Amino acid sequence: MHRFANPSRFMRVADALLPWMIALCLPLFAAGLYYGLYQSPADFQQSETVRVMYIHVPTAFLAQAAYVVMALGSASFLIWKHPLGDLIARSAAPVGAVFCFVCLVTGSLWGKPTWGTYWVWDARLTSMLILQFLFFGYLALANAFDDPARGDKPAAILAVVGIVNIPIIKFSVYFFNTLHQQSTLFGDLMGGSGDAAKSVNQPDIAAAAAEQGSALAPEMLLPLMLMFGAFSLFFLILLVLRLRGEWASVRLRALRAGFRPAPEEV
Amino acid sequence: MTALGDNRSSGRRRSPAARRKRTRLFLVLGGLVFLGAAVVLSLFALRENVNYFFGPTEVADGKVPDGAKFRIGGLVEIGSCRILGDGVTREFTVTDGAASVRVTYEGLLPSLFRDGQGVVALGRLDMQNVFIAEEVLAKHDETYMPTEAVEAMKRAGTWQEGEPDGGAKTVTGAGTTDPCKAL
Repeated sequence: MHRFANPSRFMRVADALLPWMIALCLPLFAAGLYYGLYQSPADFQQSETVRVMYIHVPTAFLAQAAYVVMALGSASFLIWKHPLGDLIARSAAPVGAVFCFVCLVTGSLWGKPTWGTYWVWDARLTSMLILQFLFFGYLALANAFDDPARGDKPAAILAVVGIVNIPIIKFSVYFFNTLHQQSTLFGDLMGGSGDAAKSVNQPDIAAAAAEQGSALAPEMLLPLMLMFGAFSLFFLILLVLRLRGEWASVRLRALRAGFRPAPEEV
Repeated sequence: MTALGDNRSSGRRRSPAARRKRTRLFLVLGGLVFLGAAVVLSLFALRENVNYFFGPTEVADGKVPDGAKFRIGGLVEIGSCRILGDGVTREFTVTDGAASVRVTYEGLLPSLFRDGQGVVALGRLDMQNVFIAEEVLAKHDETYMPTEAVEAMKRAGTWQEGEPDGGAKTVTGAGTTDPCKAL
């Protein structure tokens, strides 16, 4: 497992995978957008507005996934001093911050026509905003020093501490009464734990949907899954591209400091 | 501590570097456990404050602070919405199946507002225990279905909603019909 903690070995594998990921990502985006915008039906309650979901839900998922990647990388940097862990965390942070921002903006634009408001301070929206600030805080801390290496450790600690927010985001809609509805895709895992919040859901419609097999109709699930795949690959592509840059800047700093790398590391 | 004891008893020898790594691993994991426990405990303690709204049952039980502004959430009782004499104020019942509260609201209702829909209203109770709302938001659930599928279910008679015609109209375009009737 520690074998791939060597950055240059890891980058060789990542560089080899990159063209395949790009080749897969582009058609997935094309198909996802085609099905999402044209080939999927309007919702019975929200009509066309439901199409925001195909951007909002994958970006929400990936913002959290990026944070988990960032926290795991930071933890491996703190525990085993793997330089790759820090590089991955630094590469994932701005990507996750942008996904989080897109999620918040699309959610806000979706909220106005459906709920009647751009923003409410309920547990789900607030915890997602905290995730955004954790990304910003990490970026600020990691880049706060003239010698970037000095920012590695404090930023890594912040990333590891902030991981407690991820389960809060996930469970906020079950544990608290929120304006945000519960999870459509992963709701079955919860077994209907929310109490007061449950009463506000519509049992008749939920029962009708259950007869169909899912809370999300298959013709809506398809574009959502395509967009999930496309955004996930997009995240990995950006991660590899940013890793290249981070790895290059680390080596450049080492060279400037007079360090002579071993031939195979160049 | 236990890790150290295990090492001695099993006789395995670790290099100082490996021991430091182990210590750091337990420090990070232990730190996260304590941090997680602190967060879970505070969220449990603050649960009432973090909840975005009260249900009608909680209002009926008097769990709501007297005279204070709060949010109430529930379903719009089917056929309960009336437009009052001034032509602007709407009055409807919010229910959770067990208890219900009359709500009046002067202003535009969100386009998702209809019979059986979840709503969250901000305001306060007056002397007659009528909730005077300043803001009404729609809360929808996690179910998404194509318009055509719902219409087909209505034709087949498998759709279980209070008012078949009222629902059918809102399907063709959210907000084009008003579930509220003038008095």
